[in-house]
Amino acid sequence: MAAPVLSLRGVTKRFGGLTAVNAMGFDVSEHEVVGLLGPNGSGKSTTLNLISGALPLTSGQVSLWGNRISGLPPQTITRKGVSRTFQLVRLLPSMNVRENVVAGAVFGHRRRWGGEARDHADQLLDQVGLGGKGDMAVGQLTYIDTKRVELARTLASDPKVLLLDEWLAGLNPTELQIGIGLIRSLRDEGRTVILVEHVMDAIRSLCDRCVVMAAGSKIAEGTPTEVLSDKEVIRAYLGDDDA
Amino acid sequence: MSLTGSDLRNLVLAALALGICALLPLSGSGYWLGLGVTIAMFTALATSWALFSGPTHYISLATAAFFGVGTYVTGLGIDSLPYWGLIGIAGAIGAVLAALVGLATLRLSGVYFVIFTLGLAELVRQVITWVQNNSGQKGLYVLTDLDEAGIYWWLLGLVTAVFVTGWLIGRSRLGFALRIIGDDETVAAHSGINTARAKVLLFMVPGAVAAMTGAILAPRYVYIEPSLAFAPILSFQVVIMALLGGASRLWGPLVGVIPFTFLLEAVSANFPNQSTLVIGVAFLIIVYFLPNGFVGLLDRALTRTGHRREA
Repeated sequence: MAAPVLSLRGVTKRFGGLTAVNAMGFDVSEHEVVGLLGPNGSGKSTTLNLISGALPLTSGQVSLWGNRISGLPPQTITRKGVSRTFQLVRLLPSMNVRENVVAGAVFGHRRRWGGEARDHADQLLDQVGLGGKGDMAVGQLTYIDTKRVELARTLASDPKVLLLDEWLAGLNPTELQIGIGLIRSLRDEGRTVILVEHVMDAIRSLCDRCVVMAAGSKIAEGTPTEVLSDKEVIRAYLGDDDA
Repeated sequence: MSLTGSDLRNLVLAALALGICALLPLSGSGYWLGLGVTIAMFTALATSWALFSGPTHYISLATAAFFGVGTYVTGLGIDSLPYWGLIGIAGAIGAVLAALVGLATLRLSGVYFVIFTLGLAELVRQVITWVQNNSGQKGLYVLTDLDEAGIYWWLLGLVTAVFVTGWLIGRSRLGFALRIIGDDETVAAHSGINTARAKVLLFMVPGAVAAMTGAILAPRYVYIEPSLAFAPILSFQVVIMALLGGASRLWGPLVGVIPFTFLLEAVSANFPNQSTLVIGVAFLIIVYFLPNGFVGLLDRALTRTGHRREA
């Protein structure tokens, strides 16, 4: 395996007496799509929040290309090239679709401004399937389209690592196929992605590797087929009787 | 930076309006000139207030603190330094004070910020009162040969500077960053924006402008004392006027300042003891019926008729 883009070592987060994430450690290589799985409440989203800087770590270390990024504020981590979407879509209500994407292009890893940022935003909107909708208000969008805008915003600064927090959640079956296709296109572009996901179809078809969490700890790591047949993983999802 | 046709048109119109305003003292009417001074003063204060509070939604009640500091800069320095120099010094002190307040409080969420800024004006006033009591002075005389017309022109210059600054910020990355922060601070941080720095930088604008306004107006008061210079009512008037006009546009506060000044003028002429009551009632009316000010009213009307302006 080549030198990892992102690596977590002993990453731990405690909220008072509760250990939400316990000594997590894994690596992500360049051009790799890694799925972060686990039952509800297993600490997946918290792990993503620790990587993006939304929450401070209690202990441990996250590094990007070997440089420590844990402990830095989210804006600095974003500028270094880690960009994310949110579990509940967060768009900027006072701005139109294009401005929402430009917002991601101006201050991030690779910065653009003015006409260049607008052209870049339009290009990304085309890519995520929203070509020609740049002038629409975000309130007029369907659910999947709001997710597309957020994805385009996340891509707008040419991030090194993309964090997708349940990006496919809440989509209907038709939308889901579109969504999976969209993330596959990111994969084909050679982007490095960590996705927190519950949708098994998506995990099987998109992920090179999976890390499975339960109760804050890593319980398995490997290809989707390996981890989904792992006894520990089945026990974590279904309980002891079925294992 | 490029100017579009409508930018140029607006620029010409603004210059024309400014030119007409500058002719007011030539009318020879002391009454209208006095009103002009009040309108120019509140336009500078409310427009700069809205530059910060419009996008960030932080309600600052610190105007009186900065304004009072400005009047004292002129009061203390008028015998040794030129007037224009004092205005500059007041602006610098106002900006530094705003930066300090911002660093200390802008990490706080809304309500705490409001209370802190209100307390700030009171704090500065009490400190100055205490110093004066200890030194045996009661107030300061500000004696200059500057007349009302001179003060008016200085204020008009400041108003112009505020509008130019606001216009430039609106086109800048800082302005864009503040719109993002106003919409969703978490998204702003995850888009690479240093939210604390952006807010502190912008808060320095109303700080500097309010201090400069105070410095310009000090000669008009002739005699200044803390209760006059740091009157908290000023902070509230500025907030009400800005909200009445609408803080979401650069010209919004101006639309609130003009009618409110006339209203206050009419009330203080007819019911001199009820002006506070009017301010209170006006505040209630704005909050209930005009939450987005005249600007919001206009936007709604434009949307209804289908002529929505491009932002």
